[in-house]
Formats: sequence, structure tokens, C-alpha cells
Amino acid sequence: MEKERHVLVVFPHPDDEAFGVSGTIASYTKSGIPVTYACLTLGEMGRNMGNPPFATRETLPQIRKKELQDAADVLGITDLRMLGYRDKTVEFEDEAVLAAHMGSIIEEVKPSLIITFYPGYAVHPDHDATGAAVIKAVKDMPENERPKVHCVAFSNNCEEEIGQADIVNNVSDVADLKLAAIKAHVSQTQLMAAEMEEQLKNQDPAVMARIHNERFWTYKF
Amino acid sequence: MEPVIIDHVQKELDRFAQKKVYIHLETTNGAYASHFNESFFSSGAYIRNALLQYEHGKITGNGPFRVGLKMSFGWVYAEGITHFEVDDKGRLLLAGHDFSGKLAVSLQLSEQPF
Repeated sequence: MEKERHVLVVFPHPDDEAFGVSGTIASYTKSGIPVTYACLTLGEMGRNMGNPPFATRETLPQIRKKELQDAADVLGITDLRMLGYRDKTVEFEDEAVLAAHMGSIIEEVKPSLIITFYPGYAVHPDHDATGAAVIKAVKDMPENERPKVHCVAFSNNCEEEIGQADIVNNVSDVADLKLAAIKAHVSQTQLMAAEMEEQLKNQDPAVMARIHNERFWTYKF
Repeated sequence: MEPVIIDHVQKELDRFAQKKVYIHLETTNGAYASHFNESFFSSGAYIRNALLQYEHGKITGNGPFRVGLKMSFGWVYAEGITHFEVDDKGRLLLAGHDFSGKLAVSLQLSEQPF
């Protein structure tokens, strides 16, 4: 992994950072590189309510806010920002206003690297809209001031259309932190995390590869 | 939340009748349904803080339950309701959780905006 000055992570939902990026985040913070995480919503519209259900539509935001804080603590993120948008509505925001908001955070944080979703290849409309706003904000910067942008893509057609990921971070050193970050999002991951731990114990090669390797596409402006 | 007790929910629906109430109504199959199964037709609808008044409300069915609110000029309806709660703000929260425990439908009533 390249040495960075400051990493800015921008995702719309608490737990978006957990599955595909938390190992990378932990690797940066472990080597002393500051990570800012801007999370647009509190995942208010999540469908997982715990099993048996312990959350309601109205208590879920506070529960997920706490889980997000816990995951950030596990990952050594000291600058966590909750931006106050509402889950499932990001794509309906004014695009220019949203991009300007992202731009103001970029300007303040001055990251050398931004990690976000690859617009058009990230499945959830909030993911695509968040990625698009970040890309627009960076595009609006003078070319010589632009940070690198590493995008997460996982739509079924992504490799067909944008090729293989050009960055693959092996995060096996911090796999325990990654698992702890996933588990911090209790309401969303309790079943999945238990299953994952079992598969890891059995050294299921597909699951090990998925957990130990985090893939990114460098955005080409 | 606890599994629907039909008499209890009916009393709550009666309590909100003929008052101005704020409604949260939502159906969802999740944003990933078509990602995991490309033959799945993803749909859903969501309204938060619609202000309305209904003449009477009724819960019916043998579980999962259906809830209808009759207005002087229209209807509100939700199907698949399995759980309910009256929260500490006196709001009636109704939800339908699918077989894996995920929220599929939600109908909530409050005298204050959500």
C-alpha cells in the first residue's frame, strides 16, 4: 500500500465501510495515517432489525449511530462525520449541492486519497449517488490538486465494463480488526458475522480470499 | 416490538381516529433484491409525515395482518403486518417482518411529526 498523507472515506451507510474497506482503513490508521470517514446517512431505512428484532424503524438510527461510532473506534478512525442525509434519498438530493458539500469536506481535509463507491457500479442508488457526488467534486478541482480516488465496485456487470480492479490490498494482518468492525454493526451483521467466523475457522478459501483482499478501481478522470 | 395482539392494535387505531395524524408508510424489498436475483422485480414505496385524518381504522386477518384507514376522501392500507409497539412517545408503530426477520412493510401513526 502506498504511503498517504490523509485518507478520506465517503460512504452513505454505516457498515458500507465494514465489508470491503475496513481492512484497508485499519492498515492506514495502524501505520499512523489519519483517516476521516464521512458517512452520509444513519441507515435509517435498513431492513435488518436484529434477530430477534430489537430495533424499530424509529430506534434504528440511534442504534446504527452507536454501531458506527463503535466500528470507527475499532478501526482507529478519529475523525468521524455524520452528514445528516436520509437513507435511500441521497439520489434525490440536488446533485450540485451535494457535490459542493463533498467539495467543502475535501477542501478542508485535503486528503491525498479518497475512497468511495464507483458511480454506476455500486448497486445501491445511495452508493452510486454518493460516488457520483465525490467524483464531480474532485473533477471540479484543478487537475494538479486532485487527490487519488479509489472506488469500490461490486455490481454484477462491473468487471465486464470497467475491467479488473487495479488495486488489491492484502489485509490479512488486520483481519481481526476487520471482523471486529463488521461485528460492531450488530443490528445489520449478527447473522452474517457468525456465519463468516465459522467459514474462517474452516478456512473456506473463497471466504478467506474475500476477507483478506480488498479491491479498488482507481478512478480515471 | 411484539407480535400483533389484534385487540390491542384495534384500540390504538381507535385512539388516533378522527384526529390529525402523521403517517409513515413504507414497503420495501431491499435495495439488493435485484442484485442477488436478477429476475426479481424490485419495488417499494415510502411516505413520511403525511398529515391526514381518518374516520375509522381496522386491523383484520389471521396473521400476518392487514390494516386499513378509511378517510372521508380516500384510504390508507398496509398488508403483512406482524409486529406492533406503542413507543415512549405514544406513537403506534406497526411493522411486517419477513420470514428472515427483515422489515418488509411499516405503517406508523403519530400526533407529532416523525
